[in-house]
Formats: sequence, C-alpha cells, structure tokens
Amino acid sequence: MSLITQVKRIPKFYRGNAACPGCPIPRELDILIEELGEKTVLVVPASCSTVILGDTSGMPSTVPVVHSAFAASAAIASGIVRALRMRGDKDAIVTVWAGDGATGDIGFATLSGAAERNEDILYVCYDNEAYMNTGIQRSSLTPKGAWTTTTPEGKREFKKPLPFIMAEHKIPYVATASIAYPFDYQAKVRKAKQIHGFRYIHLLSPCPPGWRFDSSLTIEIAKLAVETGVWPLFEIENGEFRLTSVSKTLLDKKNRKPVIEYLKLQGRFSKLTEEQTKEIQESIDEMWEQIKEMVKK
Amino acid sequence: MTQILKRKALALVGNHAVAYAVKQAKPQVLAVFPITPQTTMLEKLAEYISSGELKAELVRIESEHSALATIYGAAVAGARVFTATASQGLLYMGEMIYWAGGQRVPMVAAVATRAIAEPWSIWDDHQDFMSKRDAIWIQIMAENVQEAYDLTLQAFRISEDERVIMPVMMGFDGFILTHTMERVEVLEDYEVDSFLPPRQFNLIDFSDPIGVGPIAQPDEYMRIRYEAMKAMERAKSVIEEIMREYEKISGRKQYGLVECYKCEDAKYAFVTMGAWSGDAKVAVDRLRDQGIEAGLLKIRVFRPFPREKIKEYLRSMKGVIVFDRAVSFGSGGILANEVKSSLYGLEVPVYSVVAGLGGKDVRPLHFQKVMEDLIEGRLEEERWLL
Ligand SMILES: Cc1ncc(C[n+]2csc(CCOP(=O)(O)OP(=O)(O)O)c2C)c(N)n1
Ligand code: SF4
Repeated sequence: MSLITQVKRIPKFYRGNAACPGCPIPRELDILIEELGEKTVLVVPASCSTVILGDTSGMPSTVPVVHSAFAASAAIASGIVRALRMRGDKDAIVTVWAGDGATGDIGFATLSGAAERNEDILYVCYDNEAYMNTGIQRSSLTPKGAWTTTTPEGKREFKKPLPFIMAEHKIPYVATASIAYPFDYQAKVRKAKQIHGFRYIHLLSPCPPGWRFDSSLTIEIAKLAVETGVWPLFEIENGEFRLTSVSKTLLDKKNRKPVIEYLKLQGRFSKLTEEQTKEIQESIDEMWEQIKEMVKK
Repeated sequence: MTQILKRKALALVGNHAVAYAVKQAKPQVLAVFPITPQTTMLEKLAEYISSGELKAELVRIESEHSALATIYGAAVAGARVFTATASQGLLYMGEMIYWAGGQRVPMVAAVATRAIAEPWSIWDDHQDFMSKRDAIWIQIMAENVQEAYDLTLQAFRISEDERVIMPVMMGFDGFILTHTMERVEVLEDYEVDSFLPPRQFNLIDFSDPIGVGPIAQPDEYMRIRYEAMKAMERAKSVIEEIMREYEKISGRKQYGLVECYKCEDAKYAFVTMGAWSGDAKVAVDRLRDQGIEAGLLKIRVFRPFPREKIKEYLRSMKGVIVFDRAVSFGSGGILANEVKSSLYGLEVPVYSVVAGLGGKDVRPLHFQKVMEDLIEGRLEEERWLL
C-alpha cells in the first residue's frame, strides 16, 4: 500500500487532457500547482505541454497559463513577474514549465540571461530527453547511446549537465526531482516557493512513446533512473549541495543498481552493445565520484 | 499662434525626444537591447530610471528576441510597455513581433530604421521596418524629430484604445533623425497624463484563470485572423480621432494617416514616407517656382494602409512618383506596389523610384530631377538612383 493513495487531494490539473497514456506530465503539473497554490502563472513554450494544455475552447489547468514561443519562456516570465511586482503583487509565483529542448537548446540563452539577472521566477524543466512534440528528435539532453529519429544509430554525445550548469549561475536554488519520488519533488517545490530569485528544478520525465516502453512502466522506469544512479536526486541551496531521498544512500557504489536494469526496459537503448553499456556505467560511476567531492565540501 | 509660442521647447536629438516621450508616457516595464542607431535612446532611458524621473523596470535583457518576449509578458500581465530596436535587432525579434501581433497586446516599439546586412551597414533605409508589415502591428513613421516625439505619445494611446488593442511600431530614420538635434515642442506632463490615462488591459487574473495564446483549431484560427483584419480597418478612424485630439492639445495642426503637402491643386505628386519627406517638400517648392504643379503625399501610417486617402488625393494626378527606401526583391518598391494597388482601376500613372538604400544620400535635387524627367517623358516605370 503506497502512501500516496492515503493522501486525499483535489486534482489541480484536470483529467481528460491530451497527454499520451502513461505520460507523467499531468501528474507532475498536478503536484506542482497544488504545492504552489492558486496564485501561480504557468509559462509554457512550444512542446508536448502546449498540446496537453488544451486549445482556444478550454484548458485543463486551474491556474493562468501564458503560452510562449519555443525560445522565449524565461523572458516572457521575466516580463510577467516584473509587471506583477510593479502592480504590487508580491507573492504570485511565475513558473516556467518547459521541455528539455526549450530549456537546454533553443531557449538556453534566454534561460541563462534570466538566471544571471536572478529574476524572481521558478523554472521547471520536465526532461523527457528529446523533442517529443515533433516526434522524438534528439536534444542536447538526450543521453549518450539513445535512439531517436535523428540518431538512428544512437546518440554519440553525452547529455548536457544542465542542473550543474544552472548551479554555476549562482542562483539561490537548484534541484533535481523525479515523479517516482513525489514527496521529494513536492518538498522541493515547497522550498522553491519560499525563496525569491531564480529557482530551477529539473524533473526527469520518462516518456513511453519516446523512450519505447510500455505505458504502465513510467513510474518503474523513473524509479530505476534514481536507483541506478543515472538520475541523482539533490538540491543546491545557496551553493550548498545536498543529496536527497534515496540518493543519499547511493554514494556507495554497491547500493546502486547496475544501469543495465534501467536501460533494458527501454526500446531506445535496445541496440546498445555490451561495450557501450559498460561505458555508460563508467560515466555514471564517474559522476558519483564528483558528487562525493561535492558532498564533502 | 500665441498658444504655440507658450509651449515648452527643448533642443533634442531624435533618440532623446523619443525617450522623453516614453518617460512622459510612464511605462512600467521596458526591455531594450542596444543596437546602432538606437543605443543612445536606451542610455537615456536608463538615466531617467536611475535618477527616479521614470519609475519603471528596465530589464537589461540578453537579446532582442527576449526583449520583445519580456515586454510581451509584462503587457499580458497589465503593464504599459516599451522597447526600441533597429535592423538586425528587429529581425532577431521577428518571431516575437508576430507573436505579440497575433495575440493583440498593447505595446509600443520604436524602430530607428537602418539597413539590413549583408553587407553590413549602420546607415538608414526602411528595409527593417517594412519587413514587419504583415505582423498585425500598426506602423507609423515620423518625418522629423518633432513627429517622432508626438507619434510616440500617440502610439501608446492608439495601441491601448479598446477599439484597436494592437502593438504599434513607430519608425524614424536612423541617424537622419535619431542623431539630429531639433527644436521640439513638448507637452506638459499633466497634459500627457490626461491624453494617456492609465492602462486597463490585463490578461492575468487569478480568480478567473485563462490560457493566453493556446492552440487554435482551423476555424478558430481563421476567425481570429479575420478579427485582426477588421480591427486594422477600424483603427484608421480611431487613429485619425486620436491624432485630432492630440492636435487640440499640442496646438499644432499636422496629423492624419497621410499628410498632403500642396497636393490639392497638384497635377504631379511624390509619395514618400519618413525623413526624406522634408527633402521632397523642398523639391515641391522649387518645382512650383519653375511653374510645375507638383505636390507631395506623405504616408504617416503605413499599417493600416490608408488606401482611401491615397485614392482621394491622387485619383486625378497626371503622374505619381513613389519613393521607396525598401524593396521587395523580385517585385519592386514596396510602397510603390501598395500605392499602385490602391489606385487600381483608376488611370493614374504610378512610377517607382528606389533610392537611399544603406544610407545613400538623397537630396531635394534628386526629387526635382526625377519629376522633370517624368514631365519630359523620360522616366522609366522603375528607376534606381544608383
Ligand atoms: C522556433 C521554433 N522551432 C521549432 C519549433 C517546432 N517545435 C515545437 S515543439 C518542439 C520540440 C519541443 O521539445 P522539448 O522542449 O524537449 O519539449 P517536448 O516536446 O519534448 O515536451 C519543436 C522542435 C517551434 N515551435 N518553434
Ligand atoms: S510524447 Fe511523451 S512527453 Fe509527450 S505527451 Fe506523450 S508521453 Fe508525454
């Protein structure tokens, strides 16, 4: 019996939206909006979420949504928050909800600019590791080895380490999260809500059609990403790094499941050779060595 | 006359005149990225804000795309907003220009017109301004620094008028106006306050959340575009009305969608837009001294295009020469094409002259020469002043 089912809650994001079966986005948004409250504005660039958020005849969101061009969301959010503050609204939370393409690629300059100015916005990147809305093309956040329609032999380059890059901007809050650990995610949103300035949360969002897995396995795969150490859960508050949730126990390699358990459930990794799998495992271990250093500091 | 003499007059370069008007319009959020020849306007605005003369947020933004995105967000959330740019900056804004136009939010952008690369050129032409003619923006253009000041104030009012609700672009020629000092009569702050009451438009309401700019299915998309077209048509009379109201305050009679300079009794007319309208006026006077019945029709509002006015003033001309500082390559002078289409069905010969690209000098003499050639039957249908 999971804990979640015992918590009574009113959905803030209506069912019956246009997300694929097994898509984590509606649930992720639900938790986000519940935690942030009614005085939240969502800014959403071109992505799967554009479609999920309805059309001119209606939307599933219970808070205002401002749609954005692909590259513009952090700037639009900057404008909204400046205007709200000018009109005396001190507590409304302007939140960008953006895919990995909008965040790490086309909108990266905009994101970096807003972070450097320390705009009073919360930026959440839901990372499904490719351009899903246009049909599974690689992004700079697609992991090495993954199949996409533009990397038929598997991506050759490593995933851009965006949460760390954002931390280098010296913003007050950076965190990673996962839908498989909703309380950890919820706590991070809650913390971000209390902080002023630029806050960045990076959510790993498994995508059944894009990652090639059965839509019943979304949470399973999200969980494995954390347990294998592929996706460490942490937060960096005013420069201070801290592992959270189960990731706290994963510093010791023997507590981490082998990455193959995560990879083997996903069709996008089905053509990996043993050699490539080994390389991926090594890169994860290497990342954890770096994390060890960060924890010590 | 006495009223005019009483007005406060300042010596201002174009960029500072526009900045002065912006200060008086009291926008709450500005986002401007530097580009020649607009930059000194940004610097002036930053000065106004740091001295407290203008109480606004100036977002020191990282690009023009983001500059427009930022003021778009602020405009959606109810702020009066402003940006300024030129040339590459306006092109870089391109996606957001259409975005803001399509969503129909009030905002004002000043464009210090400048040629487009390649090749690089920092000098004036209208290619940047004209490239945004289909973006659901009202586009107006100033002839001199006084007009740039006046039109900036009018732009805010037009943009926010509930019968219009549309972004407005105010063009004024780079260097020729941005960096030239003129005597500018300015309104008193209280006069601007009554001309430009606080903005009403706001789309962020937490008690009634809506989605701003979602997907539109085909029927709906087409309907929204049709509404924009109707709003553009409606804007013509609203603009005239607002300009007349402004005339009453300023005491200077000079406004309307077009300006007719000695064209009522003319047989031949120039059509121009922007700063060189002044040169064309000098040419008209000289031609009149030679006994040639010349006149000028200056286009002040380019979008919505004042088709009816053009017909009204030019319908019985023996010849019309349209001067263009921007070209649709493979088609021709952009203004010339629009004038021709406005006069469709009437037997008015329209000649196109393309000149002044990338800052190439054009003087009254050039206008005179072309007119003389027309009268002597030597003017080609399209001539480039190389
Ligand atoms: C300027 C621009 N280029 C391309 C597109 C087409 N486009 C729309 S969404 C998208 C991919 C979005 O990817 P991501 O940000 O990762 O979000 P996801 O769809 O995966 O949720 C692309 C390429 C666009 N809308 N605008
Ligand atoms: S493609 Fe993936 S991210 Fe997009 S709606 Fe479907 S499951 Fe969600």
